[in-house]
Amino acid sequence: MAGPMGTDIPRWANVVVLPIVNLIAAFLVSGLVVLIIGENPLEVVQILIWGAFGFEEAIGYTLFYATNFIFTGLAVSIAFHCMLFNIGGEGQAYIGGLGITLVGLHFGFLPPIVLIPLCVIGAALFGAAWAFIPAYLQAKRGSHIVITTIMFNFIASSVMVYLLVNVLIQPGSMQPESREFGEAAIPFVHEALAWLGVEFAESPWNLSFLWALVCCVLVWGYVWHTRWGYEMRTVGTSPTAAAYAGISETKSIIVTMCISGALAGFLGLNEIMGYHHRLLLHFSGGYGFVGIAVALMGRSHPVGVCLAAILFGALYQGGAELSFEIPTITRELVIVIQGLVIIFAGALEFMFKPQVEAVFRWFMPRRSAAAPAE
Amino acid sequence: MKKLLSIAAVAITMSAAVSIAADFKPGIIYDLGGKFDKSFNEGVYNGAEKFKKEFGIEYRGFEIANDSQREQAMRNFARRGIDPILAVGFSQAAAVEKVAKEFPKVRFAIIDMVVNLPNVESIVFKEHEGSFLVGILAAMSAKSGKVGFVGGMDIPLIRKFACGYVGGVKHVNAKMDVFQNMTGSTGAAWSDPVKGGELAKSQFDRGADVVYHAAGGTGIGVLQAAADAGKLGIGVDSNQNHLHPGSVLTSMLKRVDVAAYNTFKAAKDGTWKAGFSALGLKEDGVGWALDDNNAKLVSADMKAAVAKATQEIVSGKIVVHDYMADSKCPY
Repeated sequence: MAGPMGTDIPRWANVVVLPIVNLIAAFLVSGLVVLIIGENPLEVVQILIWGAFGFEEAIGYTLFYATNFIFTGLAVSIAFHCMLFNIGGEGQAYIGGLGITLVGLHFGFLPPIVLIPLCVIGAALFGAAWAFIPAYLQAKRGSHIVITTIMFNFIASSVMVYLLVNVLIQPGSMQPESREFGEAAIPFVHEALAWLGVEFAESPWNLSFLWALVCCVLVWGYVWHTRWGYEMRTVGTSPTAAAYAGISETKSIIVTMCISGALAGFLGLNEIMGYHHRLLLHFSGGYGFVGIAVALMGRSHPVGVCLAAILFGALYQGGAELSFEIPTITRELVIVIQGLVIIFAGALEFMFKPQVEAVFRWFMPRRSAAAPAE
Repeated sequence: MKKLLSIAAVAITMSAAVSIAADFKPGIIYDLGGKFDKSFNEGVYNGAEKFKKEFGIEYRGFEIANDSQREQAMRNFARRGIDPILAVGFSQAAAVEKVAKEFPKVRFAIIDMVVNLPNVESIVFKEHEGSFLVGILAAMSAKSGKVGFVGGMDIPLIRKFACGYVGGVKHVNAKMDVFQNMTGSTGAAWSDPVKGGELAKSQFDRGADVVYHAAGGTGIGVLQAAADAGKLGIGVDSNQNHLHPGSVLTSMLKRVDVAAYNTFKAAKDGTWKAGFSALGLKEDGVGWALDDNNAKLVSADMKAAVAKATQEIVSGKIVVHDYMADSKCPY
C-alpha cells in the first residue's frame, strides 16, 4: 500500500521487522490477558503452535483456513493498490458462492475436469458482478466505496437468506442449505496425496489451495508487470497525474474492483466446492472482513498476504485446539487474541516505527545520516 | 488352569467396565449462538449443569466459532473418548451424520434435526404446539385486537414458531391482526436486542398489545420494549418471565434442558436408545410458563382456555399445523 513509506531504514526491515515486532507486542498483551484469567501464557502459546502445526490434521486445517484468507486478503490488497478500500469482500464471497452453487447444481453431472473450471468462472463472474455496482457508483457518481461495499454486504446477506429459504432449500428441511452437488468436487489434499501414494491425515484442506497460490502469482504479475497494473497504481497514487497521463480513472476503478470481487468470490471454491459441497447459510463466516487485516499485515504484497494468511489460519486452527485443551479459554478469548493481532498489525501498523528506526540508526549510523539528505 | 484364566478374563472385562463407568464423560457441542444466549443453547447448558450437580459427573462443552469447526469438534470429542456427544441445533446434522459413521461405537444425540443412524438419537420439538398456546394467551389479553411477532431470521424454524402462534391467535378470534417482523439476515439477527426493541416498538405503535419473540438474544430487547411501553411481551425457549416481572405475559417453553438431561442420564444408566423422538405438549417437551412473576396477568378464563386447548391438542382434536410439513401456513 502506498503509505508513509518514506523511510530511512532498509526496506526489508520495514517489511519484515515491523510486522514481527507488532506480532510480538500482540502476543505479549494477549499473554497478559491469559495471565489475568489464571492460565499459563507459555502453555497457551505451546498449545496454540502445536494445535496449528503439531500434527497432520492440524496443518490441514491451518492451510484450509489460510486458503480462505489468501483469497480475501488478495481481494482487499489489489483494491488497496488503486487506493480503494474494499470492505465488501464478505458479500462478494457470499455471492461468488451462489455462482458456484448454480454451476454445481446444474452441471453436477459433468466430469470434474470440466466442472471445476466452470465453477471458477462462476465464482469469478458472480463475485465481480457484486463488486461492479459499487465500483460503477464510485467511478461515475462518486459514492464512496467504503459505504457502498458495506451496504452491499447486507444486501448480499438478505438475498442469500431469501434464496436459501425460498428457492434453493430442500423441501421439508429445517436447514436453509442447498442439496449436495453430487460426486464432482475439488479433491481434498489427502485424496490427491493418496493418488501419489503418500498418506496424509484427513482434513478439509483441498486443492483450492493451489489455485490460491496461482492467484498470488497472477496478482503479482498483474500489479507490477502489466500496463493495467501500472495504470491502476498510478490512479491509486495520484488520480490527477493519472488523468494528465491519459489514464482513465473510471476504467481503472471498475476493472480493479471487478478483479477484487472475483478474488473474493473464490472463497466459495474452498468452502463450498472444496469442503461442504453444498451452499450453507453464512458460509463466508467473516473471512471477508479478516481479509482486510490480512492485506494490511501482508502490506498488500502477495507474498506478505500468503504469510499473513497462514498466520491467521494458524490462529483460527490453533485457537480451536486451545479452547479444546483449556476450557477456560473460550472462543471469545481466542477472538480477543486475534483482535489484538489485528490491532497491532493493522491499525497500529507504524506504532513501533520510530523505535525500530532508532535501533537501526544505532547500528548503522552512516546510512541513517545519509538518508535524510536524499 | 482354564477356569483360572476365565476368571482372570472376567476380572479384566469387569475392571474395564468399571473404568468405562468411571470415565463416563458426556460432551456438548453448542451452536453458533454460544452457551449463554439466554435461550436455546443456554437451555441445553442448564440441563447439563443440572445433570452435573445431581451426579457429580463432569462434562465437556464446546462452542464453535465457525461452520468448519462443527465436524472438527465432534471428531475431537469422539477421539478423546467423550460419549455421548450431544449436538445442539439443526445446523449440526451434516457433521453428526459424517462423524457418527466414523465412530459407530460412540453415542450421538442431536436436537432439532433428524439423523437416521444406529448410533444417533434425534430429538425434535413441536414448537408449533407451544406457540399455539401462547397465541391463545396473547389473543385473550390483547384488548386492541392486535398482536405481534418478532422473529430472528426468516428461516423455516422461525416460520414454524410464527405459524403456530398465528394459529393460536386465530383460534380465539379469527379476525385478529398479527404483525410479523424478522430482525435480519445475518448471524447478528440472533443477538441484536436494539433492533428487536425497535421492531417491537413499531408493532406497539401500530396498536399491538402483546408481542411474542422467537429471536434468541434479540428477544431481550423485545421484552424490554414491552416493559418500557407498558405492554406485554412473550418469552421463548427458557422461562423468561422473571426478566420483567409483570410485563412478560408468559414464555413458550421448549424443554431442551430436559432433553439434554434425559439424554445424559439415559446414557449413564445404560438405557440410552438411538432413534427419533418428537417432543410436543403430550410429552411435556413444550409448554407455557406460569409462575409468581406473571400470575396476575393470566386470568382464570385464560387458564381455562389454554387448559382446554392443551387437552384437545393432546387428544388430537385440534391439530396445530406444522409449517415444516408443507412449507405453508394456512392461518
